[in-house]
Amino acid sequence: MPIKLRDFPRTHFNMPGNAACPGCPETMGIRYVKMALGDKAVLVIPAGCSSVIQGISPKSGINFPILNIVFAAAAAAASGMKAGFEMLGRDDVQVVVWAGDGGTADIGLQAMSGAAERGDDIIYICADNEAYMNTGIQRSGATPYGAWTTTTWTGKKEHKKNIPFIMIAHDAPYVATATVGYPQDFIEKIRKAASVKGFKYIHLLAPCPVGWRFDPALTPEIAQLAVKTGLWPLFEYHNGSLRISSFSRMYRNKEKRTPLEVYLKLQGRFKHLKEDDVKVLEEYIDRLWAWLDLLEKASHPSDTAKQLVKESK
Amino acid sequence: MAIKTITGNKAVAHAAKAARVKVIAAYPITPQTTIVETLAEMTEHGELDAKMIRVESEHSALAATLGAAAAGARSFTATSSHGLLLMHEVVWWTSGARIPVVMSVVTRAIGPPWNIHVDHNDIWDQRDSGWIISIAENNQEVFDLTLQAFKISEDPRVYLPMIVGLDGFILSHTVAPVDIPEQEKIDNWLPERRQPYVITPESGIVMGNLATDENYYMMRYSIQAAMVEAKNVIKEIDSEYGEIFGRSYGGLVECFHCDNADYNIVIAGSWSGDAKEAVLKLREEGYDVGVMRVRYFRPWPDEEMRGLLSRSKGVLFIDRSISFGGKGHLMTEALTNLPALANLPAVRGVIAGLGGVDVVAEEFYELTKKFIEEVEEKGRFYDPLYWHIPMVHREKYKPRLPGYELTCYKR
Repeated sequence: MPIKLRDFPRTHFNMPGNAACPGCPETMGIRYVKMALGDKAVLVIPAGCSSVIQGISPKSGINFPILNIVFAAAAAAASGMKAGFEMLGRDDVQVVVWAGDGGTADIGLQAMSGAAERGDDIIYICADNEAYMNTGIQRSGATPYGAWTTTTWTGKKEHKKNIPFIMIAHDAPYVATATVGYPQDFIEKIRKAASVKGFKYIHLLAPCPVGWRFDPALTPEIAQLAVKTGLWPLFEYHNGSLRISSFSRMYRNKEKRTPLEVYLKLQGRFKHLKEDDVKVLEEYIDRLWAWLDLLEKASHPSDTAKQLVKESK
Repeated sequence: MAIKTITGNKAVAHAAKAARVKVIAAYPITPQTTIVETLAEMTEHGELDAKMIRVESEHSALAATLGAAAAGARSFTATSSHGLLLMHEVVWWTSGARIPVVMSVVTRAIGPPWNIHVDHNDIWDQRDSGWIISIAENNQEVFDLTLQAFKISEDPRVYLPMIVGLDGFILSHTVAPVDIPEQEKIDNWLPERRQPYVITPESGIVMGNLATDENYYMMRYSIQAAMVEAKNVIKEIDSEYGEIFGRSYGGLVECFHCDNADYNIVIAGSWSGDAKEAVLKLREEGYDVGVMRVRYFRPWPDEEMRGLLSRSKGVLFIDRSISFGGKGHLMTEALTNLPALANLPAVRGVIAGLGGVDVVAEEFYELTKKFIEEVEEKGRFYDPLYWHIPMVHREKYKPRLPGYELTCYKR
């Protein structure tokens, strides 16, 4: 049944007085996590914007119990918490890591890889704003090619590290991509993840008005454009089978995609890009889709293949 | 009661089992490995009802231990040397969170060059972190301290994590008889887990978000206050343990003939036994000498050390560690009390045994006798950095350091 945001109770999913910037995608994301999981979850948050968004203790602007933890250890702390709950007979508690792209793709990658390999029963959500925004927009492993940051003044020269693919390679039982532009899709994926046993990974693209240099009113629109241009394909990988999610399905067809320039032009961080740079990004998109296509076909043998098997009998 | 002849590492595992830990997270490092191996075996064979998380690093080991403890489960980890250094960030985070956990530190040298033998630089490196830090002399004490650590750290007056140190190989891999009390007796003595808060969906607790500078300052004050309180708790638990299980060690320090002796050795860890042996021989020969063995490095035994310094003619500190550019740790700590003293004793700080270099009872005998004779001859002096080159190596080392005469050759 499709999720309708208006059906959720009018309650404080985030608390007033939190310290998020205007147009912050993280408060949106956390709101959707709360909508999806209700009161059965605790968050583990490593260093990042969300450590600050909580505001000043002893109060907190995020409506979740939270274990804040050092930058590199979010997944490990969550594994420990889950083990603790299990040993105390509390299997009902969802332990959710809410980490940024730095805490996931860079400094926290080892701990996450360990937790995934062990199959620890947690949900790991990477809220990816594509740079170290909390410390002032420094490039991370998840910053895309060409993006200006305060440590890449002429634009990053390398492509974004593809963490969802890395997690698929871990044979995690559930891996998905999402954005704050499609909350229904994100909420559905969180709920799906919660129903799966083992290590679950959701990579949430979270456009940051401050770091990406766009109008704070446009956060959801930019997130949707990332999907519509094909740059951020939404997909789901569950028990070995990959499916492109409904909001992305039509963009398999290159013709239907919104031109990449529309997405780039709205963001100050791409202001300096030349035509060649745009081409580099477009080629990246093609490669990304080729990979997805391969994975999807490999996990769902085509009708032709089924046909061949039939004929050989 | 059962006497088992086991290694120090096995004693650790048996103590963790006796404390009924619920979650263990650890990463292998020599010489800690057999602790992890034994606990893995115990959990897999169903002897211990605990979940073992085989993490991918020590940083994650302590983070997972902290996570489990934050959820309300009694949890345990163990490490050594580089592993301890790697987890150092989480060491601070755990004490700051005021979450009681227990960690064994099998003391070992820090590289480079690689060296897996005993050295105290790794454990003392945690000095400022807000953990209670203890160190054992023998396998029996390893068991007793580890078991007590759960009660001390979970005491509401303390609520701080605790390290139990045991010397790499000397204790960790050497078998000795260890008396393990009946489980029922332990269960009656060790209460259910207590902790200041738990993070559950219902608790609404948020640990560790931003604090105002003033709140932060007061939280630091509270850790110090808990440390001061811990001194009483440690003594209390040591003596009640003595009453119930028949072994009491004397609290923060163990005093071996140190009550009225003119000369005293201050030392920590497994080689204290060798020092005691030397002292017995010296006492037979008429020298008035004792040993104060430091059992707890944090909280530091201020009162005990002040008393020792003010009543001694000479104090010989023997450190298996050095703060480069500074001095040995035990001596440095003890001498922070100097302004409170009216009479200052002669002091020598010996640096010895780094990287597992063996120092035998004869050498303690020689070092101590020489120190006493020098004090008798010259009166009070201060010699903070006396590098002891062990007997077996003297000929080898002598010519190899041109222009730098090691102190022990200065005549």
